[in-house]
Formats: sequence, C-alpha cells, structure tokens
Amino acid sequence: MKNVDLVIIGGGPAGMSAAISAFSSGVSDILILERGGELGGILGQCIHNGFGLHKFKEELTGPEYAWRYEEQIEMLKIPYMLNTMVTGITKDKKITAVNSAEGIFEIQTKAIILAMGCRERSKGALNIPGSRPVGVYSAGTVQKYVNLKGYLPGREVVILGSGDIGLIMARRMTLEGAKVRAVCEIMPYSSGLARNVQQCLNDFGIPLKLSHTVVEIHGKSRLTGVTIAKVDENLKPVMDTKEYIPCDTLLLSVGLIPENDLSKDIGIEFDSVTGGPVVDQNRQTTVSGIFACGNVLHVHDLVDYVSDEAEIAGRAAAGYINQKAGTAINIPIKTDGKIRYTVPQRFTECNKTVLYFRTAGVYNNAVVNVRDGDKIICSKKKRKLLPAEMETITLTEEMICSVNSGCLSVELEVAEND
Amino acid sequence: MYDVAIIGAGVVGGQIARELSRYKLSVCILEKEADVATGATRANSGIVHAGFDAKEGTLKARLNVQGSKMMKEVCGDLGVPYINNGSLVIGFGDKDMEQIKALYNRGIVNGVEKLEILSKSQLERIEPNISKNAIGALFAPTGAIVSPYELAIASIGNAMDNGAELKLNFKVNSIKFKGEVYHISSDNESVCARYVVNAAGVHSDYIAGLAGDNSFKITPRKGEYMLLDKVCGHIVSHTIFRTPSEKGKGILVSPTVDGNLILGPTSVDIDDKEDNSTTAEGLDRIRREVCENVENIPLSKVITSFCGLRATGSTGDFIIDIKNRFVNVAGIESPGLTAAPAIAKYVAQILKNNSLELQEKEGFNPKRRPMHYFSMLTTEEKNKLIKENPSYGKIVCRCEMVSEGEIIDAIRTNPKAATVDGVKFRTRSGAGRCQGGFCSPSVVEILARELKTSVLDITKSGGNTNILICKTKGGGLN
Ligand SMILES: Cc1cc2nc3c(=O)[nH]c(=O)nc-3n(C[C@H](O)[C@H](O)[C@H](O)COP(=O)(O)OP(=O)(O)OC[C@H]3O[C@@H](n4cnc5c(N)ncnc54)[C@H](O)[C@@H]3O)c2cc1C
Repeated sequence: MKNVDLVIIGGGPAGMSAAISAFSSGVSDILILERGGELGGILGQCIHNGFGLHKFKEELTGPEYAWRYEEQIEMLKIPYMLNTMVTGITKDKKITAVNSAEGIFEIQTKAIILAMGCRERSKGALNIPGSRPVGVYSAGTVQKYVNLKGYLPGREVVILGSGDIGLIMARRMTLEGAKVRAVCEIMPYSSGLARNVQQCLNDFGIPLKLSHTVVEIHGKSRLTGVTIAKVDENLKPVMDTKEYIPCDTLLLSVGLIPENDLSKDIGIEFDSVTGGPVVDQNRQTTVSGIFACGNVLHVHDLVDYVSDEAEIAGRAAAGYINQKAGTAINIPIKTDGKIRYTVPQRFTECNKTVLYFRTAGVYNNAVVNVRDGDKIICSKKKRKLLPAEMETITLTEEMICSVNSGCLSVELEVAEND
Repeated sequence: MYDVAIIGAGVVGGQIARELSRYKLSVCILEKEADVATGATRANSGIVHAGFDAKEGTLKARLNVQGSKMMKEVCGDLGVPYINNGSLVIGFGDKDMEQIKALYNRGIVNGVEKLEILSKSQLERIEPNISKNAIGALFAPTGAIVSPYELAIASIGNAMDNGAELKLNFKVNSIKFKGEVYHISSDNESVCARYVVNAAGVHSDYIAGLAGDNSFKITPRKGEYMLLDKVCGHIVSHTIFRTPSEKGKGILVSPTVDGNLILGPTSVDIDDKEDNSTTAEGLDRIRREVCENVENIPLSKVITSFCGLRATGSTGDFIIDIKNRFVNVAGIESPGLTAAPAIAKYVAQILKNNSLELQEKEGFNPKRRPMHYFSMLTTEEKNKLIKENPSYGKIVCRCEMVSEGEIIDAIRTNPKAATVDGVKFRTRSGAGRCQGGFCSPSVVEILARELKTSVLDITKSGGNTNILICKTKGGGLN
C-alpha cells in the first residue's frame, strides 16, 4: 500500500486548484487521481469563452482556463495519475483505485480532498412518457460528441431545460448548421446565466419557452418529434396547450447533481439542498481530514468561484496535515427558504469568510440579512437575485467570534417579488 | 439446409436452441432485429414465478412449475444472475385472504412446494416496509428473480458455442413448404430447414399465418415499468404482488438481480405490435399503486421507465403444437420466462415424437463463462488479468464500474454485441444511474474500433438508429 499525505480525487479545476494551494501551503506529498485521459475535467469540452473573468480579468475558453492550472501543476511537479478510477474511500482515509498500469491498488492518506465534480440529471429521472428512440441525450454528452469527437448527433434540435450547458449547446449546434427549434424551461425563469440567455439564444433568434415542458417523446427507432405544453403554477402540464415540434434530437439540460457516489457511505453529513457534503469555512466535511470543493460540493455557475473554493480547501487540508487547528467552535448556518442554501453550512473557526448562497426564486430589490438571534450582524442590498447566479456575502472574523445565540441565520428581506 | 430453424431469438427461442444444441443437429436461429433478446424478453419483470397463478391442469401451470424448478441450475450453468428471494402475495381484506387461500390450494395442486400463508405479524417481520394495511400474505419461498435478457443472451451464446448459428436482421416474411423442406426468407436472404420452430413472440400469429396456420391470434398487452436507483434495491427483499383482482395481477414491487427496484407492470391491450411507448397514465398508475402496497418507496429515484408487450394468445393457454414439422410456440405470455427451460425440453420431445432424431453430441458444453465474471473475481485475480490485458483496468462506465476489457469481451463473445444497446444489455455499461450519459461516447468508439468501422456506422439498436449522423464542420477524427 502506498502512503501519501494528501490525495485529491478529481483533476478538474477544483482538484488542480486545491493541489496548487496545498502545495504552496507546505504540503508536497500530494497525488491527484483523475479518471479522464487529461487534467482539466469538464473544461476540456467547454470550448466556448467566458471563463476567468473574475480570476484573470480575461475571457478564456475552458481549455485555456484549465491550462493556466495545468502549467502550474507541471511546474510544481505535483504528481497525478490519469485514467485512474477511484472505486472506494473509507472513513479512515484508505483509497482504492484502478488503472491499466497498476491494476487495483490502495493508498493510505492523511487527508482527502473530494473534487469529483457533478453529473447531469438523466432522461430517466424525468420519466417523460413515450417511446425510447435514438436522439435523446443529456446536453453534456452531446457537447462531448461535438466538441471532443467532432460529430453531430442530429440537425433539428429541441432543448429541454435552460441550464447553462443547454444554452451553450443551443449556440454550438446552431453554429454547426443545426436548427434549434426551441428551448423549453419548466420554470418561469431561466436556470442558466442571463448572459448565456442573451449570447446563446437571443443573439441567434432561438425561442426560449418559459413555463413549458416536454410531455411526450415520439418516434420508434429515431426521434421524430416531441410534444411540448405549457405548465400551470404547480408545474403541471396544461394539456390543451400541447404543441408538436418535429425534431431528431432532444437535448436535456435539466440539472446537475454533485457526484458523491464515492463519498456517500463514509459517514459524511450531506446537505439535501445542494446534494453535496455539509462543510465548514475550510470546506472540511463532518469527517475530519476529508474536504470537498467545486461541483462535488455544490453546483457552481462560474469556474472562477470553483478555483477560489478549492484554494480554501487546499490550504486547509495542508493545515490539517501539519496539525494547525484553529479554535474549535460550532456555529451552524440556517437559511429561510428564500435563501436556498449557503456554503459553508457551518463555522468551526473564527475566520473571515465569504458565504456563498443561492436564492430559491427571482427577487428584486432585496436585502440579505445575517442574523445572530435577534441581532442583524451583516446585511447587503441586492438589486436583482436570480436562482441561476451564485451570490456572496462576507463575514469578518469579529462577526463570527461574537456570535451569541450559537447559530447564524441568513435571510432575505424582500420589498418586491416577481 | 438446417435440421431446425428457430424463428425468434427471445428467451424461448434461445432456450430451445440451447436444448437442441445438445444433439447432433444443425440449428439456425433467425431474428429480425440487430440483436437477440429485444422483445418481451428484454422488458418484463424478471420474476421466476413459483407456479400458483396458472389454472390447474393447463400447459402453462405444468411448464411454469417445471421451469421454476429447473431455473437455478440453468442459470448456474449459463452464468446468469439468479436470486431465490421468494415471493409474497399480500392481502388487504377478507376477500383478499379468501383469494390467497384459493391461490394456495391451486399452488398445491400445481405442485408448488413450501407454500405458506403468513399472518400480518409474520409478514411485517420479513418485510418491514410492507403497507400497514396488509393483513396477511401468501409466501412462496421458491419464487426467484433472474436477469431475463441475460438468460436469453447466454442461452443463445451457449447454443452457438455448441454449434448453432444465429442470423440477425433476418425478418422472416415468407415461408414455403416445398418437397418436404421449409424455405424461409427475408427480403434479402433465404434458408432451408426440415423443421421450423415459431418462437416469434408477439408476432407468432403472423409467422404461423405465413405457414398457412391461422388458428390463433396474438394480442399485444402493454406492461409499463419504472426502474429505481440501486440505493432503493433494499426497500423490499421479496417480490411483492398484490392479490389478483378482476382487473388483473396488479403492480408488483421487487428487487432486481442487479440491485435496483422494479415497479410495474401495467396491463393494457393495444393493437400495434411495435408500440412499446410508456404513457402518462401508465406511469401515474404505477406511482399510485406501489405506494398502496409498500411504504417508503422514493419515487424520485427513478432512473428509467420502459414498456414490454405480452404476447397474449387467443386460447388462454400456451399454444405449443406441431403440424407438418412446423412447431408453434406461441402465446407465451407470463410466466413464459420461468417456463422457458421447460418449454425447451417439451419442444425437443415434440420434435422427437415427430421423427427428428435426437442423438446426443459428444463435447456438448452446458457451461458458459458468466457475463459479469470480471466483477466476481478476487482482487488478486483481477490484477493478474489486468497485467495480461490492461484494458480490464480502464473503467468506461462509472455508474456500474464496467471496464473496457469487459466491453471488448461482449463484442467478441457469442452472441456478439454490435450495438450500443447490445453492449449495455451484456455488460451493464450505460444501465446505471446516468443512463449512458458518461460512457456512451466511449462505447461508440470501442464498437467502431472493434468492428473496424466508422463511429458514424455505430447504432443504438441496428437499422437507422445511428448515434451520430455526420462530422462537424472542422471535426471527425476517423
Ligand atoms: C410486461 C411483461 C411482464 C412479464 N413478466 C414476467 C415474469 O415476471 N416472469 C415470467 O416468467 N414471465 C414474464 N413475462 C413473460 C415473458 O417475458 C415472456 O413469456 C418471454 O420473454 C417470451 O419470450 P419469447 O422468446 O417467446 O418472446 P420475445 O422475447 O418477444 O421474442 C420473440 C422474438 O421473435 C422475433 N421475431 C418476431 N417476428 C419475427 C420475424 N418475422 N422474423 C424474425 N424474427 C422475428 C422478435 O424480434 C423477438 O426477438 C412478462 C412479459 C411481459 C411483456
């Protein structure tokens, strides 16, 4: 059995950033395990631009953004293994993995950073009635076929769900000469970034049908079309609004799920809203020495935030290995429902912390309040809050240190709601 | 010229082919689709019924009980997953309990062993998630679950290893009986055979008609299902049936051999023999009824839904008869999967009684390497294999942990997988919670490489089901 101080599972932007940050915090015995053939994770197939605006003040493509980190990994000579699938983790931090060169092997480690990313919600999970023809794919699968393999699965496209990958693929398929007939979104607002709605749909005249869903799939061997319908306030299809759209491809962009298959049975507490582990300000899970960052923790819309989060996890994992523990406190953070979730979900040390959060709906002119009992300790005005866009609020060390009620709650004060 | 041509590569045709491959006979299986096991055999409950359902004295009852007793050994030889989990028929009122008593008696007459009637507390002890409203149950300890399509694939593979031939994409549309020989043709091919076995499932009335026999009719009856994630497989350990009513057998809840939870089937007669679409009403009915029978079913964990077509015969019983060396094996609705090994023996006997010489073949090998042999190995054994062949160390399907080596084996082993679905139903690559989202691009490439063709030629399930239709403007590596 190998012994390594820090194992990072996943070599995407989160894993790479965490590795670099752990390295610069004084841990050099690191190993990144990546199942793909390259570092970079999902960024490899995201050939559009828009990455790195916050981090580098530049508009980079996915592969370019990844390359900035890969270069550093190479320069620092941080070890990584590609084409290597982790198949098991134990609570006492033993990792089992497999690859072609070494077969099945085990590693004992002092700390683990989970950075496995997320996966797409599949067609099956939606349970759309109808036939099961070829031509129904999750958007990310088609992104891989088109951008990495260089092939198209069809020419007449309907997209269900307005997640960012779906929006990006609407533009991509259009540029490849396909006709994107509609993007249907069951909610009354887009689940993708506003800038993607503008740049990927509006600029190409692709209709975004809000409050619409696909109610039936047609075609015996190949997809021939879909029936769509408007939905009511309860998201139930209104059948007399049915409309048939002929198409040979249905792309699903209906949500991303943190991929915690590996971590679900090792005693970590999970957040049922994010689908990821509950973490503290260091991105440490409820099992000490196991950290999480990136999309395995909660789904991000911008990779820049992933890198920030991974830096925190990497630094903290290095601190854990070098036994630099802070003062132990335990302050959970509650939310009021309008705020869907926060990351971190609790504080175990008094450090200045950026709280990330998402709202449950669209809110205009709202105030985000952080309360300690009856006392508002921090608030921030927001002109517009969208579920698709992650927001932040920063708490200082003093604010956290002086919490009296044993718990913080993050709430939204809404003037106008639409 | 073949001694026997079998039309239909489902579990029935497959078991018959395997049975006949024990003897010095030339056997050919003709299948219209691009793969075996695509009909009812692919989309059913996968239950080995104990045999208390079918009416006393019918062929169905007899072959059901026989098949159920043979199944464990057949699956053992063929390396097919089989779990003897036992079945329960639960009752909610006195009327149900009377019905359960009747089923118990019928089971005894049919020859089902170990049947027992359980009280409420006995039932709750063995199935803690059973509905609090259930007051008792019929317990059939001999009930079991199998992988139906793997049984058919393995039967046909084993028959081929023992000399049988398989012709795919062979849609029989003409049968001529000339000079004591059957000439069986599709649009572009013909074979000759001395005997014909019609195991064409829902299309067996059409095939019989081609040979001039219009004595029965097959009505397709839809059965829709939902399959839940493996995290739900433990909700029940037995197969849970509702007491049958005038409306039919009702919706069952059962673990599958793969560890998923299966919910279904519905039961609706239709006209179109190719219509295996699911319906909003069907899926709603499943959601509603399973919750009446079993508590704590997380319906949000559905990973896929599908529909199978029962081949319901007009006589009410299995139709197995012979005329002019043409054997009908028709109307094989449930419990046809269970009965298949017994049907195969029965058909061999009928052929023998009609002058087909059954001479045992030396070197017949009843065994086949299990489809999931790799996952059954110890770590040491796996590592030895990976050293010899590194592709076993390359995981392609992350949900079901299937390696490239296993996929290549499926493409090279009888009956060879040539489509993405073919790979899925042999290896489980793509059958997990992401339903192929992650692995299908790799599977397409492996298929193209192994079959020495372009990825553009790779299909989901044969015919025009190509996954990719053209290169991108600047793309296309091969
Ligand atoms: C919803 C449902 C639930 C069931 N549940 C159970 C259960 O739990 N337990 C149980 O024991 N049984 C069950 N059954 C019954 C069982 O599935 C069937 O009895 C069994 O699979 C029938 O196998 P088969 O080979 O006769 O038919 P199929 O599997 O349908 O095979 C027939 C084959 O013939 C081919 N074919 C048709 N026409 C032609 C042609 N012209 N030329 C060439 N090939 C042709 C078809 O393509 C197909 O491959 C269920 C069935 C259904 C539909």
